[in-house]
Amino acid sequence: MKIRHIALSAAALLLAGAAQSVEFKQVDTARSSLAFSSKQMGVPVPGSFKKFTTQIAFDPAKPTAASTTLEIDLASIDAGSKDANDEVVGKQWFNVKAFPTARFVSSGVKALGGNRYEALGKMTIKGQTRDIVAPFTFKQDGANGVFDGGFVLKRMDFNIGEGPWADVSAVANEIEIKFHVVAAPAAAAKK
Amino acid sequence: MSSYTQRYSGPAIAAHWLIAFLILAAFPLGLYMHELPLSPNKLKLYSYHKWIGMTVLLLFVPRLLWRLTHTPPKALPMPAWQHRIAEGTHHLLYLLMFLVPLSGWLMSSAKGFQVVYFGVLPIPDLIGKSEELGDLLKEVHEVLNWVLFGLIGLHVAGALKHHIIDRDSTLRRMLPFGK
Ligand code: HEM
Repeated sequence: MKIRHIALSAAALLLAGAAQSVEFKQVDTARSSLAFSSKQMGVPVPGSFKKFTTQIAFDPAKPTAASTTLEIDLASIDAGSKDANDEVVGKQWFNVKAFPTARFVSSGVKALGGNRYEALGKMTIKGQTRDIVAPFTFKQDGANGVFDGGFVLKRMDFNIGEGPWADVSAVANEIEIKFHVVAAPAAAAKK
Repeated sequence: MSSYTQRYSGPAIAAHWLIAFLILAAFPLGLYMHELPLSPNKLKLYSYHKWIGMTVLLLFVPRLLWRLTHTPPKALPMPAWQHRIAEGTHHLLYLLMFLVPLSGWLMSSAKGFQVVYFGVLPIPDLIGKSEELGDLLKEVHEVLNWVLFGLIGLHVAGALKHHIIDRDSTLRRMLPFGK
């Protein structure tokens, strides 16, 4: 009776602790992914970036204090086929020689209710900077925090696809971006 | 005698010329487009090619059903070996009319580019993405196309021989608006 009582209160304490202030900071890159889908002649073509680094500081108890930065190694793109991969690193697309990385820096996070949030920030690709709003969900999976979200990026805002490729009837302007980030709590977070 | 001059049925004639026209459009388009460097134009031509090819596959179904449920007019008098070649060619043409677009569809699936008919109707992928399989199916599509091309050549040569040398009604009875 007594033992059970103690065990229960210990569990309750632990749970309360978990729900309180845990900041998710250690991004597990191997389990995170950054994918996108373009539309070519109405055909959805999936792709992804194999290399990116991201810093996250997210405490579900204080979502508005959260921040994140993301840096994408654009040459690590997989655009669906070898031909496409050779093409999109070129001058008319990402021009990775001159602009090897894309960067996102958050300026704030809004709580939308439930487990839904919205990250606001600035995206810089190919020398162009634009405001981005990226809705995402957060859930806890064991000790880890899992972020899932996405947004639509208009490629012409960043001159991705110049010259003949500016023809959005062949490759649509809207590129769907999807991210999945797994992060562990900050080691020995003492606040 | 009257059964020799009998014409093909309206649906058989319509299907014959419609499919012939589509194949003769898809074929040179296929040869031309795959030499092009990657460009928006290439993406468009690939799509047009796929849409034409899928239309052939779509029309093939009613055409085959019609053929299986209707007896074509009796062959005109000719040596038995010629008749055998003509019939064999027809059967192989039916087979390739089906296999050529099917191999294209399979190739598209394997290459990870779904076919979206006229840019609006997504057609399910038949197989999953696989680079090796995609390359293999490209070879298959190519070889089947050359077989189809050869058969069409033989088929056209036969029709013209009947029309010009034998001066019989073989070609006329397949022509629309003929008598
Ligand atoms: C009547 C139907 C069709 C005909 C006569 C046809 C004919 C051809 C020909 C002649 C080529 C060039 C082959 C070569 O020498 O490389 C080709 C390429 C091609 N065909 Fe078709 N085709 C047909 C249907 C289809 C369909 C239904 C699809 C897809 C849904 C398709 C997809 C392709 C693709 C993707 C290529 C380019 C392969 C490459 O360069 O990687 N075709 N076709």
